[in-house]
Amino acid sequence: MSFFDVAEAAVAAALDAGARYADARVMHKRYESMEARNGEVEELNSDESAGIGVRALVGSSWGFYAVPDLSDSAARLAGARATAIAKASARVAGPGVDLVPTTVSTATWASECRLDPLAVPLSDKGDLLTHATKTMVEHGADQATGVYQIWDTRKWFVSSEGHRIDQHVRECGAGIQATAIGAGETQVRSYPAARGQYGTRGWELVQGLDLLAHAPRLAEESRQLLTAPLCPSGETALILGGEQLFLQIHESVGHAIELDRILGWEAAFAGTSWLDLSQLGSLRYGSELMNVTIDPTLPGALGSFGFDDEGTPAAKRYAVKDGIWVGVLAGRDSAALAGLDYGGSVRADGWARLPMVRMTNVGLEPGPHTLEQIIAETDDGVFMEHNRSWSIDDKRLNFQFGCEIAYEVKNGKKGRMLRNPTYTGIGPKFWQSMDMLSSEIEYWGTPNCGKGQPTQVGHTGHPSAPARFQNVRVGVRA
Amino acid sequence: MNVSQTAEQVLDLAVRALPGAEVDVTADAVHRALTRFANSRIHQNVAEDTVSVRLRAHLDGRTVTTTTTLTSPEGLTSLVARTAAAVRSAPRDPGWPGLAPAAPLALPGVVDEATRNASPDDRAARVRDFVDAAGGLETAGYCQTGHWSGAYRNSAGQALAAQATTAELDGIARDAGADGVARRSSVRLSDLDGTALGTRAAGKARALADPVELPPDRYEVVLEPEAVADLLTNFALFGFNAKAVQERRSFAELGVAQFDEAISLYDDPREPFDGEGTPRTRLALVEKGVTAALAHDRRTAAVAGAVSTGHGGSAAWGPLLNNLGFAPGGSSTEEMISRIERGLLITDLWYTRVLDPRTLALTGLTRNGVWLIEGGEVTRPVRNMRFTQLYPQALGPGAVLGVGAEAVPQPSRVFLGAWTAPALHLASWNITGNASG
Repeated sequence: MSFFDVAEAAVAAALDAGARYADARVMHKRYESMEARNGEVEELNSDESAGIGVRALVGSSWGFYAVPDLSDSAARLAGARATAIAKASARVAGPGVDLVPTTVSTATWASECRLDPLAVPLSDKGDLLTHATKTMVEHGADQATGVYQIWDTRKWFVSSEGHRIDQHVRECGAGIQATAIGAGETQVRSYPAARGQYGTRGWELVQGLDLLAHAPRLAEESRQLLTAPLCPSGETALILGGEQLFLQIHESVGHAIELDRILGWEAAFAGTSWLDLSQLGSLRYGSELMNVTIDPTLPGALGSFGFDDEGTPAAKRYAVKDGIWVGVLAGRDSAALAGLDYGGSVRADGWARLPMVRMTNVGLEPGPHTLEQIIAETDDGVFMEHNRSWSIDDKRLNFQFGCEIAYEVKNGKKGRMLRNPTYTGIGPKFWQSMDMLSSEIEYWGTPNCGKGQPTQVGHTGHPSAPARFQNVRVGVRA
Repeated sequence: MNVSQTAEQVLDLAVRALPGAEVDVTADAVHRALTRFANSRIHQNVAEDTVSVRLRAHLDGRTVTTTTTLTSPEGLTSLVARTAAAVRSAPRDPGWPGLAPAAPLALPGVVDEATRNASPDDRAARVRDFVDAAGGLETAGYCQTGHWSGAYRNSAGQALAAQATTAELDGIARDAGADGVARRSSVRLSDLDGTALGTRAAGKARALADPVELPPDRYEVVLEPEAVADLLTNFALFGFNAKAVQERRSFAELGVAQFDEAISLYDDPREPFDGEGTPRTRLALVEKGVTAALAHDRRTAAVAGAVSTGHGGSAAWGPLLNNLGFAPGGSSTEEMISRIERGLLITDLWYTRVLDPRTLALTGLTRNGVWLIEGGEVTRPVRNMRFTQLYPQALGPGAVLGVGAEAVPQPSRVFLGAWTAPALHLASWNITGNASG
């Protein structure tokens, strides 16, 4: 019995039990991670997981049931239970649920992977992390950590509309971090990003990072930060590095344009959005330099796929065009409710979780400048790099970020190092103040985006580049 | 095959495949069902039955941990083979602390059969009560029930098994864009009163009409239990984790009066043993303001020359605390408010993030209700604000002016986790921004 057969059995059972629509995903996931500290491996995990999740729609109510048993009988029981749960949902029912049409596909898709990360010897991967962390300690770090993570996911999707799609997504990434501990505070430097860099690529991604080459610098900078002057407090021109800006995009654009939040479906937990659908197509989100795309087709970016978990083919779409809000992240049911004609951004983090609206690759298109130009054209400002903390309100408006490191910018020159840099603001005001944007786009990936109940951890990608913002409040502290 | 039999079988396979290795196994069966509602309707309604097996092997100075959800004979055989292959090529692990010795359980797990067997209709009924009690206000939230059955076996002779149940009801009511909240956790679904919680949430929301904006400043505050749960979350993650202390990333210092004498803090686990096979018991972390203990796993205990407190979870993160609580005091929320000349009543905190773990400096926002207190009375609602605050300082000597008499079990984001939170009256809370930025 193939995995498609298992999924079809579940869908058939859901329909037999009374569902008017059903879909099922069989997933097989392998995960490997290693963490090293101060030259020694702390943890090595190798996980394998397989099961089926079934979604059933009865009237205007959904039900979902999942089980790690891929027998025909278990799949049929799962389908029937999903329908029974949907019927219970009708005790507190709402308006009708429709699904926007999507192409019914029979297809296969796989991410590009030149060097299978699970086939790289553990000893090689361990040597990389232990050498890098040992090097950081030798160069002054009090705590030096390194991590890699690998995901190998196969999924088989079947719907009652006729979808039969299988996908093979391989993702991996790594990062290192040096911590210096002073009197009553810690200072941190990370490479290539605060929680590592990830993509839908093979081990060649990690090889290309060249972690060892950056280890001495991180340790030295973390120690220098302990005695660096504090980032000043006040309003100034703020230049953000691409790594920090990707999280700014993620938090203050990506989550804000999630249609389930806009519709109130996440009101009690993740929150809602400041965006009002009546302003879609007319609201000024940012300056004219701001062009943000939703694009799961980007090769190698962490949020890429062939089809989302409702079977909608991956396609590029604008979220913000020339500063105007024009698009959302949507699923088939949320789009229908909102009167839109596209879904395509629904994913689940495993077979046991309900697919929901998630970011894919949400990021900036290139601007006309370079970082060198941005600094050269700034008379007085602060340049911040690498995220250290992030916090934003439940409408995705009021944010405060902390970075690992900053530099004074005076008269077009990058000056002395500053410690404990933070900045705060209100989303649209901040984005409308962006007056310079670099063309030096990189695809940043974050594998730890939490959303939903039970919590799901999403993998998202964010094209980003350095940019400048005017009149930003910096230097907020306890 | 039940979880004890599964664990036993995997241990047997692993011992035979890896002669001379130290081996331990956990097998967990979880039934978890969660009914979510938004816009006053059930919009997501999920359930899962999962079984997972974790196998850890230490051989020739190397350690590997593997897991699977494939519990057929072939799946378990594959797990052992994967482990055997990996452990021989894994990097060295000089910090291996050895396996837990044989020891009996100190706490029973609490199993409520009605919660274990709760149906989608049972959860929907709680949601119906919450929605109806909100009196027409828009509502959102969830009701969850769950049952865990776990077994642990190791090659040093330790064998444990236990079960526990959990139930949570958490919701908001919305009035003209203002949200009021009520939430509660228990081991019994029958403890969760949808009508009472819906009534509280709606009352809070209705009291938030026409909020004012206040300037950033240091305010005397009463934090309600929902907000106090955030303090407990961050103390659990960053404060009393012995690994963070050993790496000098935590403020905690044993034997030092780091808190006001009104503060006593404990961990009261719902799971009777940890992932290393150490039985758990109630652990007093702060006694009358003095830091009295840290949470240890076997690795941190070996470093400190201590014994594990049963908080093993992740070797890289260190000990995990999932059931922290402040001991209740003697004041009602109304009494605490009556003693404030000018301050804030804050119901909930949101999106708190650490600026520096060593000082436990956090930034975050208020959510689900803030009110101005003037002359001992709540006078008007306030728009949400951002704070930047050293958490230990907020509870430091002389800083705690009252502790609520009722410690309310609050849901956590960890299955079987819960925070036991009384309201707190604090001398100062550092508001650093308002709705205008």
